[in-house]
Amino acid sequence: MYKGGKIIASLILFVAFLSIPFFYNMGKVNAGPENLQASISQLDGQQCVESADYMRSNHMQLLNKWRQSDVRDGKTVYVNSQGKSFDISLQSCLECHATQATKNTVGVNNPALKTSDQFCVSCHNYASVKPTCWSCHAGPEGAPK
Amino acid sequence: MFEKALTGSKKYWAWIIFLLVVIAVGFMAYLRQYNYGLGLTGMSRDVSWGLYIAQFTFLVGVAASAVMLVTPYYLHDFKKFGKMVILGEFLAISAVIMCILFIFVDVGQPMRILNVLLYPQLHSVMFYDMCVLVGYLVINFVVGWTTLGAERKGIPAPKWVRPIIILSIPWAFSIHTVTAFLYAGLPGRAFWMTAIMAARFLASAFAAGPSLLILLVLIVRKVSKFDADPPGVGAIQSLVKIIRYAMIANVFFYICEVFTAFYSNVPEEMAPFKYAFVGLDGHASLVPFMWTATILAFLGIALLVLPTRKNKVLLPIALLSVFFANWIDKGIVLIIAGFVPNSFGRVTEYFPTMNEISIVVGVYAIGILILTILYKVAVSVRTQNDQ
Amino acid sequence: MSINRRQFLRRAGMVTALGLGGSFVITGFRGKKVEAASEYETSKQGLKAKHWTMVVDMSKFKTEEDFKRVTESCVSIHNIPDFGNPKDEVKWIWKDDYEHTFSGGENEYLTEEFKKLPFTIMCNHCEHPPCVKACPTGATFKREDGIVAMDFHRCIGCRFCMGACPFGARSFNYRDPRPFIKKIDPDFPTRTPGVVEKCVFCVERLADGLMPACVEASNGGLIFGDLDDPNSEVRKIISTKYTIRRKVELGTQPSVYYLIGGGEHV
Repeated sequence: MYKGGKIIASLILFVAFLSIPFFYNMGKVNAGPENLQASISQLDGQQCVESADYMRSNHMQLLNKWRQSDVRDGKTVYVNSQGKSFDISLQSCLECHATQATKNTVGVNNPALKTSDQFCVSCHNYASVKPTCWSCHAGPEGAPK
Repeated sequence: MFEKALTGSKKYWAWIIFLLVVIAVGFMAYLRQYNYGLGLTGMSRDVSWGLYIAQFTFLVGVAASAVMLVTPYYLHDFKKFGKMVILGEFLAISAVIMCILFIFVDVGQPMRILNVLLYPQLHSVMFYDMCVLVGYLVINFVVGWTTLGAERKGIPAPKWVRPIIILSIPWAFSIHTVTAFLYAGLPGRAFWMTAIMAARFLASAFAAGPSLLILLVLIVRKVSKFDADPPGVGAIQSLVKIIRYAMIANVFFYICEVFTAFYSNVPEEMAPFKYAFVGLDGHASLVPFMWTATILAFLGIALLVLPTRKNKVLLPIALLSVFFANWIDKGIVLIIAGFVPNSFGRVTEYFPTMNEISIVVGVYAIGILILTILYKVAVSVRTQNDQ
Repeated sequence: MSINRRQFLRRAGMVTALGLGGSFVITGFRGKKVEAASEYETSKQGLKAKHWTMVVDMSKFKTEEDFKRVTESCVSIHNIPDFGNPKDEVKWIWKDDYEHTFSGGENEYLTEEFKKLPFTIMCNHCEHPPCVKACPTGATFKREDGIVAMDFHRCIGCRFCMGACPFGARSFNYRDPRPFIKKIDPDFPTRTPGVVEKCVFCVERLADGLMPACVEASNGGLIFGDLDDPNSEVRKIISTKYTIRRKVELGTQPSVYYLIGGGEHV
């Protein structure tokens, strides 16, 4: 191969560079967010607007649909699969999911990652997702300032 | 072909590095704006568009003007433009990229800009403007690169390019027409809501764009061995004729506007012109600009009509006059005076901030960098073939 | 070990295609997008109409206090910031004088007093809104009940709508509004820098069965109702009394009417 040595050496360097994060974090395994269901089940065996399983994998899509329905279609009530009605609002979420309501500290084990004991925030921090909801809406910590 | 841009003289690299430094300064300014918001600009509740959108509008014209070379050369087989046409196409590419960047730095939520594609609104002129601009960029890139690539190998350009070249002609008209429709369709903005807006835009574009192109040809002639208008061909003088008529048409259209506004004596129609030429309610920040543009426009026309157009010193002066007359008219006054007076008949003035100007200069530097690289490639291919 | 460039590119392309395709297959297995058997409804107590319309009875706006009460009611529930300068200003409902509100029809013989007569101004919720036509993303849109609403999530901040609006009803968030809001109401979102906002006829309150905040605070100065309903108060006023609207000649058909002369309602 033409200039084979140089190419292979650069490739190795490239792969090494890309894998820095893996090596950097090696051995610092932290437990995943645990006990996320606990807070909601404390509320007299209630569930969220849908089953925990459904919410865990689909809450983002559901929130997008809520947004579409409430803001654009003017339909402000969500009737879930069991026929129960909910007001479409992030405040509806926070009624159960804010810490003051549940008196429960749920979060992740790794104290370094546990920047908040709030349900949404702790899990999003763990998963390193940064939704922008709270730059406009009042978050689980209550109204900003 | 791109590798040709990677070898060059010391001067070439010094120029590139200089542009990169300017771009870096502009980029830092943009980061500040990104973090703070558009409040860092001079724009306000009343004057909600400023220099960014004005540059965008002006540069769409520069981009469209490539058609003034493409049409004669490809449609009418006007051979004189043979060496110049690639420079026109590459100028169009760099101008369209600047247009897109100016829109980008102007939006308040740049991260959401793809919403325009995600939720296309067929009733919004902005949507069509985006479509035609991106289309024009692709067309010019494909045409320019393919024809130049064929030339490098010394073979004729592939047959499939020709329909695309022909398509680029109406497309060039469409980009500037649609841009004019952004303004001409708004009720309550008397300065913009005029049927002649698209025609005015095209006329000013076909004056300013080719002027810039000739100036670029003169520069290229100085800094390289490539002459797009070798002695005896007369491409520049042919283009000068186009510029002359386009500029006369542009001034004529403007006079039509002034006549309609003042003879009809409708206050809303007159107010923006008064603001631009003599000031309104004691606000007169645009007056010096507007008179400079007026003088330059007539000076440019005079120099291009008289035999002075063949003078080596006076020709660049004439072209610079035409270019800057149009730049002031479209790149400053048109947008700002459109917001004066506001919906309540009050005058709010607009003064760009230093941060805003740095961003504008930065975007221009990106455009010039792209232009330099493209021209370097074109010139290298040409001079290599000549030897 | 000798392949030419063409072969190399082809093989590299195939490997990339395989990799991308493979990743789709894997995510396809993982992604469980079960639709919940759910529905979306309008709220039962919500107020409904075919064409929401506002009548401003100028005879009820006499003192500075009358205007302030109305504006304050809006500012407090909609988290409207006060930047203290006209450049960044955000306003949904405010007052201006007759001369400027109805600019264009200059009558130089009007007394100064008349020229300076204050008028309440808000978004006109036009039947043919130029802002909606201009918006490239549908962030501002007209609802079936005639309200020109805002979807702050979708706005890219191009400000085309501000150029299109002939009434100066729209404000842009030139900077972060949060530090400039007196007291944040958690029930309504604040806005993020870079989006446009305006009066939305309190859609969030209508859904809860409440009249717009300014109407409640106006002591009868603002009358709100369905213009399509022949028995509504707004319809009766508009069809029998002398009302004016801003810039009707533009054909946008504003839904805000100013009742002149006022007196007793129908």
